[in-house]
Amino acid sequence: MSSWFENVVTVCLIVNCLSVLLLVYRVVWGPSSADRAVAIDTIGINLIAITALVSIRLNTIDLHDVILLIGILTFIATVAIAKFLDRGVLIDRDRN
Amino acid sequence: MDRGSNDLILKTTTNIIVFIILAFSVNSFFSGHNAPGGGFIGGLMGAGAIVLLYLAYGIGPINRVIPVNYRIVLAAGLLIAFLTGMGSFVFGVPFLSHSFGHFHLPLLGDTELATAMLFDLGVYLTVLGVTMTIILSIAEDDGDTSD
Repeated sequence: MSSWFENVVTVCLIVNCLSVLLLVYRVVWGPSSADRAVAIDTIGINLIAITALVSIRLNTIDLHDVILLIGILTFIATVAIAKFLDRGVLIDRDRN
Repeated sequence: MDRGSNDLILKTTTNIIVFIILAFSVNSFFSGHNAPGGGFIGGLMGAGAIVLLYLAYGIGPINRVIPVNYRIVLAAGLLIAFLTGMGSFVFGVPFLSHSFGHFHLPLLGDTELATAMLFDLGVYLTVLGVTMTIILSIAEDDGDTSD
């Protein structure tokens, strides 16, 4: 791996970590619960990017499963949080 | 209870995404021998797909679509893992000795089949059964501890 490419990956990692820090600010001081839910969802997406960049840095393809896994878990968790905020119950008893 | 909820976007998205999650679950189960993955993460992802179905449709419809008692799945997984270990006694080798062989399958060609995959299938079913038992037990609880 050439050195300028490593520098680009490092800069991208730093930018992603700064983004996660700003999102942590939103999670801690967010006015409402929905703000925190959206911030946590976006932190998950930033984690996907960080995992991909780390897998480039480590020159391995073994982290690709982790990327898909974080995406799926973030989606399920966001749906669960949204449903809890909307109705207060996650799994409905019998709807029809 | 029914506030005229119309989860059309959630239900349509779930119909598509559940297949992707189940495919990822089966893929990581089968690729666990040579790549990251295996029975544990495969079972957790399968449970995640079923949990997503329960989130979108509720308990009643999914119980009609997937009429499976997950305690039996749990017991079947433990039984498969146990019988895989006992199977080594048939060939006079120590407990849990695994072996493998190359076979010619119709569509796949030369395939290496290992008995460790049967043990992994037991892990898969056990993890799936435990996770779904925990989640459904909590979901079916009324939460009425007052009376």
